[in-house]
Amino acid sequence: MAFLSTLFSQIINGLQSGSIYALVALGYSMVYGIIMLLNFAHGDIIMVGAYVVWLSMTSFGLHPLFSILLAVAVSTLLGVVIEKVAYAPLRSSPRLSLLITAIGISFLLENGFQLIFGAGAKVVPTLISGPTFQIGGASISTPALVTLGVTVVIMIGLTLLVQKTRLGRAMRAVSEDMGAAQLMGVNINTTISFTFALGSALAAVASALYLSSYAQASPTMGSMLGLKAFVAAVLGGIGSLPGAMLGGLVIGLAEALVSAAGLSVWKDGVVFAILIVVLLVRPSGLLGKPMKEKV
Amino acid sequence: MLKVEGINVYYGNIHAIKEISFEVNQGEIVTLIGANGAGKSTILNTISGLYHSKTGKIEFEGRSIGHLPPHKVLALGLAQVPEGRRIFARMSVEENLEMGGYTRPGGEIAASLEDVYQRFPRLSERRKQIAGTLSGGEQQMLAMGRALMAKPSLLMLDEPSMGLAPLLVEQIFEIIRELHAAGTTILLVEQNAQMALSVADRAYVLETGKIVMEGPAAELLEDDKVRSAYLGE
Repeated sequence: MAFLSTLFSQIINGLQSGSIYALVALGYSMVYGIIMLLNFAHGDIIMVGAYVVWLSMTSFGLHPLFSILLAVAVSTLLGVVIEKVAYAPLRSSPRLSLLITAIGISFLLENGFQLIFGAGAKVVPTLISGPTFQIGGASISTPALVTLGVTVVIMIGLTLLVQKTRLGRAMRAVSEDMGAAQLMGVNINTTISFTFALGSALAAVASALYLSSYAQASPTMGSMLGLKAFVAAVLGGIGSLPGAMLGGLVIGLAEALVSAAGLSVWKDGVVFAILIVVLLVRPSGLLGKPMKEKV
Repeated sequence: MLKVEGINVYYGNIHAIKEISFEVNQGEIVTLIGANGAGKSTILNTISGLYHSKTGKIEFEGRSIGHLPPHKVLALGLAQVPEGRRIFARMSVEENLEMGGYTRPGGEIAASLEDVYQRFPRLSERRKQIAGTLSGGEQQMLAMGRALMAKPSLLMLDEPSMGLAPLLVEQIFEIIRELHAAGTTILLVEQNAQMALSVADRAYVLETGKIVMEGPAAELLEDDKVRSAYLGE
């Protein structure tokens, strides 16, 4: 019985961190789908979001909700600016140049924040407080519930946006055939900016949800979180949005189950083992089936 | 209506289009014929704004459009059915058509959809089907219907007969005639010179990026050089 309740608690933990990975993985996948870039600076957007929350709560005394909204706004803007300044000029360059630039931006953000705020972690005040619920011996905290709820709402909203709206259709068209989308009158600059804005906003939400359980901001916090979300995106099939959602949850659950088995030191190792296995066995990921196209 | 003057396009070091000049008048069907690699698609893509020429000019209805991005060119009424159809294979037929009407006000889309379905009943039957599963002929119809959703005054077609069975080629050219009869000016790029010359008013012959011959289509159809080089006689 004790084992079962531990297992249940760990599954909740897994879904909670999995939700955060999924939100970040969506950003990786959307950007890859549109411009074939593995945006390694994406994880650092999480870090920037966390610092905005920390700064606005501790220095300006803002309400948690406003701090989170501010973090979303700043991250969104940052994502768009990074694309315009660093990636857009390289649009017709080899993809490797773009990848190297993304890694450069990642270093710039991490080291820039270290320079400004120091290398130490900053403690973020409580973002979400509330009772811990007991269900059959297992417990669910309010931050965990909020994380799951917010993620579900965002996933439904994002799916509707991509499937049902004019802008979402344009995003899918650009990701399938950029030239043909342009011939249909899609302004690709707008579409690419929108994709970066959306991905960065999701990263900021993920950042706030992360802080609600692990209340620390540090300059390098985004790199491991970002890498794991990247693994989640690859596992689900990079470029596939349902894949990113599924991949995030699977990675979160895998980590939690490894911890439940008493092997928590292997947590990170298991995630990267999953990456290796996926790349060996099914490089297109769980849901990223490359479709045959007739010519 | 469309006037191209002295454009040059390069791919890296390759001089793909050399000093091309031609024009399309309102109500005409004009064709550019030539072998594979002669630069026909590059010309259409330059007009559409996917490539830009550093020299010369492109005018559409008196406006210079050579510097415009593709979405602005389309908004002026100049649509293209690209080579190889390039439909969005993972979207449904209807979504493809909706993409075609991307620049149009939302309120006009439904009426245009009905127009296209009336012209292509096959598409209407398959409106929910994933476009990648259509046959080659149906995909060509979809590509044409998609371009018509933009309500173009000049429609550019790039190799609409490519990879289609002779019967389907006939059908596609019949549709081109109908579109022309309904008032659309047409610029047609083709390797199938026989079909293209039989439907067109005027023609230009391209060889390795240069225009080497031009004239009324009926005359070129009788020309010995054209017959031996492009009609396999």
